[in-house]
Amino acid sequence: MSEKQKKATAYWKENVSYLFILLAIWFVVSFGAGILFKEALDTIKIGGFKLGFWFAQQGSIYVFVILIFVYVRLMNKLDKKYGYNE
Amino acid sequence: MSVQTWTYILVGATFALYIGIAIYSRAGSTKDFYVAGGGVSPLANGMATAADWMSAASFISMAGIISFAGYDGSVYLMGWTGGYVLLALLLAPYLRKFGKFTVPDFIGDRYYSKTARIVAVICALIVSFTYVAGQMRGVGVVFSRFLQVDIDTGVIIGMIIVLFYAVLGGMKGITYTQVAQYCVLIFAFMVPAIFISIQMTGNPIPQLGMGSTLNDGSGTFLLDKLDGLSTELGFNEYTDGSKSVTDIFAITLALMVGTAGLPHVIVRFFTVKKVKDARKSAGLALLLIAILYTTAPAVSVFAKTNLINTVSNEEYSSMPVWFKNWEETGLLSFDDKNEDGKIQYVADKTKNELTIDNDIMVLANPEIADLPAWVIALVAAGGLAAALSTAAGLLLVISASVSHDLVKKVFKPNISDKAELWVARGAATVAVVIAGYFGINPPGFVAAVVALAFGLAAASFFPAIVLGIFYKKMNKEGAISGMVVGIILMLFYMTKFKFGWFGGGTPEDWWFGISPEGFGSIAMIANFIVAIIVLQFTPEPPEDVQEIVENIRIPSGAGEVTGH
Repeated sequence: MSEKQKKATAYWKENVSYLFILLAIWFVVSFGAGILFKEALDTIKIGGFKLGFWFAQQGSIYVFVILIFVYVRLMNKLDKKYGYNE
Repeated sequence: MSVQTWTYILVGATFALYIGIAIYSRAGSTKDFYVAGGGVSPLANGMATAADWMSAASFISMAGIISFAGYDGSVYLMGWTGGYVLLALLLAPYLRKFGKFTVPDFIGDRYYSKTARIVAVICALIVSFTYVAGQMRGVGVVFSRFLQVDIDTGVIIGMIIVLFYAVLGGMKGITYTQVAQYCVLIFAFMVPAIFISIQMTGNPIPQLGMGSTLNDGSGTFLLDKLDGLSTELGFNEYTDGSKSVTDIFAITLALMVGTAGLPHVIVRFFTVKKVKDARKSAGLALLLIAILYTTAPAVSVFAKTNLINTVSNEEYSSMPVWFKNWEETGLLSFDDKNEDGKIQYVADKTKNELTIDNDIMVLANPEIADLPAWVIALVAAGGLAAALSTAAGLLLVISASVSHDLVKKVFKPNISDKAELWVARGAATVAVVIAGYFGINPPGFVAAVVALAFGLAAASFFPAIVLGIFYKKMNKEGAISGMVVGIILMLFYMTKFKFGWFGGGTPEDWWFGISPEGFGSIAMIANFIVAIIVLQFTPEPPEDVQEIVENIRIPSGAGEVTGH
């Protein structure tokens, strides 16, 4: 494998591992907290919100926004590390 | 000034703005027409994507649907926002790097096959046409309710406006009008929400007001109050749903994946300069969408509580003016079953006397809360902005599918750029006329089908694109059979349980207890499985295609988008 290809493979591996972590969080806040564990979380109350309900109608959306911006940052750094930034 | 005068002023002013922008940003080449010249800034693209995405359904109907569905309505909130995470992480950067004009372009090249391209074009047309008919109807409905013209005239006015800037400006015109439309629609949505939040809870931020205590000095939390009112009237608790966990899961997944697979959203990411910009504009788009999507559930709670307080067990004769006004439109109806002159709004269908259309919650909300006339007029302008921006984005996908993917890539490869531009304009015109026809004569299934457009997108595009990027060895046989099986399975399930074809069926017959709205997730999984099985028995993709895949994984050197 050429040097160039090695670099590309290493970059791709790191990229995919970021995706796994970020998508795991994506799954946990929506399908986890908002749906599967909604009942259990609803026993906890923050202000007027039952926690499971809050995740389903508010919290998951905030986390989604944060996730994309974290991804943007991570990838910009990664691009720099491998010299793919322009 | 009256509501009517305000509405004419605001709607007139916004329309003049859209037309002005269209004239200013005419398309001079196919590149302008398909991808706005390819140099749109991440912020402008984020705003345009947000407006493109938020349709009449998001603006007018969603808060109302949640009002009546309570927790069950969360599927739309999570589904229509969570899809952007998939889009940003799995699709947008790579498709931008690939650098072509349309989604079928990617499918056709990645799977080195005309058949794949044609299958993708058919899927894009099915998804986009079902969606656009609903938008034109939305335009007509807003016109008829606020300006007292009939629905058909409203649809025709909407058609002329869209025709003007979509046909003249293509993607370039659409992009900059969508930026303006985003501003109009978000302002129109937020102003009444903030007013009502202050009125009911004293908190100016609706997202927080929803979880605050009521302003009436009782110290009761708003949501507890609404839960109490709901159970008193025999409904489920507002914060608790009636759908099964499996179905909620499936619908949310189908909407998320469908969102990520909608061609009119994906193409927006072809318009930015660099891969980096594609990522960033996906983030900005979701941020701008989230402003509306986190406010909508608050509006639902305010409106539902207000409504119950105003009508429940009150004398019909003492109802405020808005009640009579909306009765005339047929969106609200009262049938005094027990003839006591009072309104019984209860869960029990035999005793319930009040029928309310979902849309009323947003459209009449400012009147119910007694807000000033200009705020009511603003809602009309916002609803129109939402419907027009989405319609324009969809029409562009339709016209590009025809002019670029069919005419240029399949039938007449040596067509000149100028001629292709005229074909694109012609196709856009025909598409507007067809969409308008469906808007005026809505086939009964439109409303049912719009929600299912997501299932169709989830079942067809999403797996083919994701596999195309993340699975280098995926070949054309696998991808094509996956798409065909996915979309046919989805069409079968949808027509069986929605229109009663193939013997029909009741909710008891649903496979795995999953409704047609959620079935897109099953059809998507079927698509993945079929693609991977077929791959095992067919030859690997050629070397140069595998090189394309390696190349799109690296963000640098994205260069200009081209159609060749």
